[in-house]
Amino acid sequence: MESEFIVGIDLGTTNSALAYCEGAAAVEHARIEVESVPQLVNPNEVADRTLLPSFLYIPGDLDFPKGSLSLPWDAEPKFVIGELARKRGAEGPGRLVASAKSWLSYAAANRTSPILPWQTPEEVSKLSPVEVSSLYLQYLRTVWDVHHAAEGKGDALAELDVLLTVPASFDEEARELTRRAAEQAGLQHATLLEEPQAAFYAWLESQGDGWRKSIKIGDLVLVCDVGGGTTDFSLIAVSEENGDLALQRVAVGDHILLGGDNMDLALARLLQQRLEAEGHRIDTYQLQGLWHLCRAAKEHLFEHSKSQKQDVTLLGKGRKLVGGTIKTELLREDLNRVLVEGFFPKVGSDEMPARQRRIGFQELGLPYAADAAVTKHLARFLSQQMQNSLEAVNIRRGRSGLACPTHVLFNGGVMKADVLRGRLVEVLNHWLTEEGFEVLGAANVLDAPDLEHAVARGAAYYGKARRGLGVRIRSGASRTYYVGIESAMPAVPGMEAPLKALCVVPFGMEEGTEAMVPNRAFGLVVGEPAEFRFLSSTIRKQDHVGDLLENWGSEIEELSPLEVTLTLEGRQGAVLPVRLQSRVTEIGTLELWCVSSDGADRWKLELNIREKNEQ
Amino acid sequence: MIRFSKRLSFAFRCFFSLLLQGKVPHDILQALGGTLAEVAPLAAAPKAAPVASKVEGDKPSPESLDRAVQLLGLLQRDGRLVDFLEEDVSSYPDGQLGAAVRSIHTSCRQVLERYIKLEPIIPSEEDQPVTVPTGFDLAAIKLVGNVTGEPPIRGLLRHRGWRVTEVTLPALPQGSGRAIVAPAEVEIP
Repeated sequence: MESEFIVGIDLGTTNSALAYCEGAAAVEHARIEVESVPQLVNPNEVADRTLLPSFLYIPGDLDFPKGSLSLPWDAEPKFVIGELARKRGAEGPGRLVASAKSWLSYAAANRTSPILPWQTPEEVSKLSPVEVSSLYLQYLRTVWDVHHAAEGKGDALAELDVLLTVPASFDEEARELTRRAAEQAGLQHATLLEEPQAAFYAWLESQGDGWRKSIKIGDLVLVCDVGGGTTDFSLIAVSEENGDLALQRVAVGDHILLGGDNMDLALARLLQQRLEAEGHRIDTYQLQGLWHLCRAAKEHLFEHSKSQKQDVTLLGKGRKLVGGTIKTELLREDLNRVLVEGFFPKVGSDEMPARQRRIGFQELGLPYAADAAVTKHLARFLSQQMQNSLEAVNIRRGRSGLACPTHVLFNGGVMKADVLRGRLVEVLNHWLTEEGFEVLGAANVLDAPDLEHAVARGAAYYGKARRGLGVRIRSGASRTYYVGIESAMPAVPGMEAPLKALCVVPFGMEEGTEAMVPNRAFGLVVGEPAEFRFLSSTIRKQDHVGDLLENWGSEIEELSPLEVTLTLEGRQGAVLPVRLQSRVTEIGTLELWCVSSDGADRWKLELNIREKNEQ
Repeated sequence: MIRFSKRLSFAFRCFFSLLLQGKVPHDILQALGGTLAEVAPLAAAPKAAPVASKVEGDKPSPESLDRAVQLLGLLQRDGRLVDFLEEDVSSYPDGQLGAAVRSIHTSCRQVLERYIKLEPIIPSEEDQPVTVPTGFDLAAIKLVGNVTGEPPIRGLLRHRGWRVTEVTLPALPQGSGRAIVAPAEVEIP
């Protein structure tokens, strides 16, 4: 092969991006490039963008003039993906799929069934969250192939190493579904990578060899990633291995559906109230416009720290353009009150976010975070790390046990704003002082350049690192996984038999390793499906393979069941004793196997994601 | 091959002409076999837009007309320019008009930046002396005031002029869409 590329894909909640570097060059010379993605930006208009908005519009016969959706490689695409999808969706949300990625990680929804667009007329043919993710990847694949593998020459994306990023908070199911989406898109060599790690790799890349001077053994880096739709935290510890610095991802947070879109909408609502107080009526369509204008005004005010206000002008509809024009202002004070105080309030490290409300007949939609305070979510994340940890790694802790980072790395579009970074550091410093540590200075805030593309770039860099051409973050399993064992107790009417959890994959179990669950065999009937309840925890990190737990409170959550059918020639109906074996694969997924007691036969347990919701 | 003495003369004249006026004298270009258009292409043909084949519909119109409608359509779509020009604004107070115009200005300007690259014809300070070279293009430079004598002529630059260097309009819509500046919008409740 003439030139081989390594490709990093950031499959984002609101924007996706693709970056690549040449595989053969040494890591320090690996120039990482961001691929431009041609997409429909208006009917009849294809333009290059470095981001592909993760929006999909399902056009009906009455949506666009004939031929106006033609792409250079497809005269009549079935779906509109990218900027035009986002624009058109604002005019008629019924056919728009947004936030497909958040649906991937939402266990209460049936993620392999056609459920998107959510709540939409019958006539719209729907897609599953997995299909939508796969369509985004297919789009990027086509773009890549048009650019790099035209006429059968060069490197088709299907043949290349692709590093696909997922939120660190994705559980095993969501990762498995992402893997399936990549497979459906024809990416044969896709490896998963956690986004905060990718952001850290992007920082490493930007530092060249200088990163060794910025951090030292014992340091703890908080990666704080606030994107358009989600907030994600990770901790990376710096330790020593064979005399060199080694990096290890030691904690990941929960999946928090809270991001820049919430912030812009909050501003739009504020201005809507202000305008309505003046006697104007703002309809849904105008609110959309206001949302868009608020985002632009916010960015202007964040970039120009001296200006105190920015005009927001909503032009009149129809022919009464000037006559219907409504003008208001977005003040710096509004930003401070709504964004800084609303989303990043000064809170104590013991102030936890409000829990999700549980109403009997809760409308099934995405479980948006009930509490908008990013700082409270951070407080919970850092204090969750206090009870348990891996023995092998020393996390810096304060008097109360709070995990106390020595550095912060910001990622995500929201964190471009200096004011918000400043506030987050201020809150963190307050906690650090209380815990008896020195505050973080400017040198402790690590700057990854190009926040919009950092994750894709970092993913491409990791691709090189995996080939031994750069430093790697050791991560392994992001959670502890358990198999549920129902206790052998007399049944009590109306009560489920108490469940025990058998640890099968400890937190941090390394990629490419396997473990046999000791001292426990299961009797399975040959030829009949056997089901295992499957559980996970982001909090419990002290459990070892084979540990059996009861009464874990809210520390462990149940996932979709695992299923296996043992088939063995001529042994129909027989009961076969098996042991459980777990494996973390090189591509970052988890496998559980049943192994016959003589070790001669193995059967793989598959996540049964579909069946859970079809009761 | 041009004589050495002439080459030397050309070289000096080019040097000073480029230094002072930013362009190569027209007669030299011609002598060297080039044309002015090659050096500074005027109103280049649309580059990115694929050339439309046959125009469909009842009354075929030349593509240039369709392009004019298209540009108007773009200024309307992103900048609401046609709505603005077609509205009677005489009764509105300046404050309201100003608010609308700021918004229209910003978005129409973005349309220009995106689709049409403009540059001044004479890129020097206005109200400062300039020299109009021999063999200048009468379409590109307009002489006003006491117009006598032979170029090169000294004068004061009153307007720098504008020239289109690149047009990157999107593909034309099909059929009847070419006459549409803005579609009517009907909201289905």
